[in-house]
Amino acid sequence: MAVVFEKPKALANVPLHYCPGCTHGIAHRLVAQALDALDCADNTIGVAPVGCAVFAYDYFNCDMQEAAHGRAPAVATGIKRVCPESVVFTYQGDGDLAAIGLAEITSAAMRGENITVIFINNAIYGMTGGQMAPTTLVGQKATTAPYGRQLVGQGSPIRVSEMIATLDGATYVERVSLHDAANVNRAKRAVEKAFRRQIEKKGFSMVEILSTCPTNWGLSPVEALNYIIKEQMLPVYPLGVLKEE
Amino acid sequence: MAKVLMKGNEAIAEAAITAGCRHYFGYPITPQNEIPEYMARRMPQVNGTFVQAESEIAAINMVYGAAGAGARVMTSSSSPGISLKQEGLSYIAGAEIPCVVVNMVRGGPGLGSIQPAQSDYYQATRGGGHGDYRMIVLTPASVQEAVEMTVQAFDLADKYRMTVMLLGDGMIGQIMEPVDLDAVKTLMAPAVEKPWATTGMKNHPGRNVVNSLYIQPDVLEKVNERLEAKYREVEREVAAHEEMMMEDAQIVLAAFGTTARICKSAVRMARAKGIKAGLIRPKTVWPFPYAAFEKAAEQAQSILCVEMNMGQMIDDVRIAAAGRCPVSFYGRSGGMVPTPEEIVAAIEKAVK
Amino acid sequence: MAICRIDTSACKGCGLCVNACPKGILALDDHNLNAKGYPPARLTQAELCIGCAVCATMCPDCAITVER
Repeated sequence: MAVVFEKPKALANVPLHYCPGCTHGIAHRLVAQALDALDCADNTIGVAPVGCAVFAYDYFNCDMQEAAHGRAPAVATGIKRVCPESVVFTYQGDGDLAAIGLAEITSAAMRGENITVIFINNAIYGMTGGQMAPTTLVGQKATTAPYGRQLVGQGSPIRVSEMIATLDGATYVERVSLHDAANVNRAKRAVEKAFRRQIEKKGFSMVEILSTCPTNWGLSPVEALNYIIKEQMLPVYPLGVLKEE
Repeated sequence: MAKVLMKGNEAIAEAAITAGCRHYFGYPITPQNEIPEYMARRMPQVNGTFVQAESEIAAINMVYGAAGAGARVMTSSSSPGISLKQEGLSYIAGAEIPCVVVNMVRGGPGLGSIQPAQSDYYQATRGGGHGDYRMIVLTPASVQEAVEMTVQAFDLADKYRMTVMLLGDGMIGQIMEPVDLDAVKTLMAPAVEKPWATTGMKNHPGRNVVNSLYIQPDVLEKVNERLEAKYREVEREVAAHEEMMMEDAQIVLAAFGTTARICKSAVRMARAKGIKAGLIRPKTVWPFPYAAFEKAAEQAQSILCVEMNMGQMIDDVRIAAAGRCPVSFYGRSGGMVPTPEEIVAAIEKAVK
Repeated sequence: MAICRIDTSACKGCGLCVNACPKGILALDDHNLNAKGYPPARLTQAELCIGCAVCATMCPDCAITVER
């Protein structure tokens, strides 16, 4: 008998604070599995965001810095310039990365910072209680879009990965999803590739992970996977490699 | 080495490199552009890094990351840019990261002007960002003092794990004066170990986390109490000032930075007119040299506070005087610089 | 032969593993809530487990270990 699945070593042995069924936990595990696979946790510095993943600094067995809202790519830039031989990653949500931190993520990609960005897109602000994000779908309800996001006045969702992929400095951009095991395994390969490319000094890499927020979507965890991600997010946020150079 | 003629901004940049700073993050804004421009030229020559950030907000957060990883790091800006850095400065204070920030103050509020001013005194000494925190604020009055204070700033930052701000103004940044950069090397303190820095776990025992989040209020209160104790220690150890003709002074001028230099001329002119004038020049405005002003308030008939703003440091002077003598004010603002003659007229009015 | 071990104290009863199991042998145990108050997942027919680890792949809390 061999162990075919166990908790990765780079994931701290503490309970995650996330709501039941929140796929942040899966995404954390994928990052930890990548650090284990590449045997680099002791040479890694992660940057936690503001948002539901604000406590990410407690969950990874590596050095961590907690950034201000949206500033993780700037903080990671500072770390990487001091520690160019270390692995540096940010873990950011859609409010953090796609709203308040749009300048920081865009400029870090433009500069071609040799860092890895894990971007969790669940189309809503989770920690603050379900407000509209730039990634919220048209018609999707949020506490600050109680009638559903309106095209006129609130616009349509921003596709950050497509935008970042237009920048020469970004060399690997892929969008993946966590709505079933096959896709989780694809996401696992993408995350590991993003980290491996950083170690190979191939430049800026970003993996956008479509994720759930059952609590603020008002759905059960299983419904959240099937109803929102599979049926509603995938048509707006198509999966696949947007750039690989 | 002989003295060289250097612009204040460039001299500060070179002094930072002398102090071991190899990481600079900045954003263009007048009147401090010579600092990022100098760093862009010099850093590659000393295997350092220069990054022109996308904003002052990004620059200060790069400082957070780089200084959190243990390096000696500097950024610089001028008033509107320093306003943008307040978020980062608060986080840096909360996470107890050492760094050096230069503010070459220009007229405000808003876009204001690009000429010298001292109207960021409140922001620098009271904290423009949120939360209970302090920064050490050094106020050079010459280019030579600016380079000495730059070196001192890195040492103080590392020693106390906090931000040290060099509070200059457009005049200090733009003026050209002879400086002796070799002399400042003798001022440097021994390097401080940084076992808390995030350099990767292979470089230290356990896991290092740089963070300012304490979700439990009782824990945060303890952190704030510990920070406050540190700030009290800084007040005792770091407050500094210079006195001029204070032995028999009846009218005491209070001024810092560029304004203090002009006040020195005014004191001499007043003395020539038979007025017993003196000067106290704070070299640190946080911590503020209250004791010097407490003593002056006992001895003098009145204190005249001279600033390039509408009256900000005067609050600290009044706290020190505590009603023991009248405290009056003369100031110019918006980028206007007071002349010695104007100040003498203000002295004459105060002693009348 | 496969062994699927569930750390019921770490389980939040979200049901993602139950939904994912290809053999349909996982269920939430409504009668034995864990210390957190969640109904933990449990195996209804352990002998049918094929050790595919799809349950563990979908578990957000790393509460499942699989041996084969």
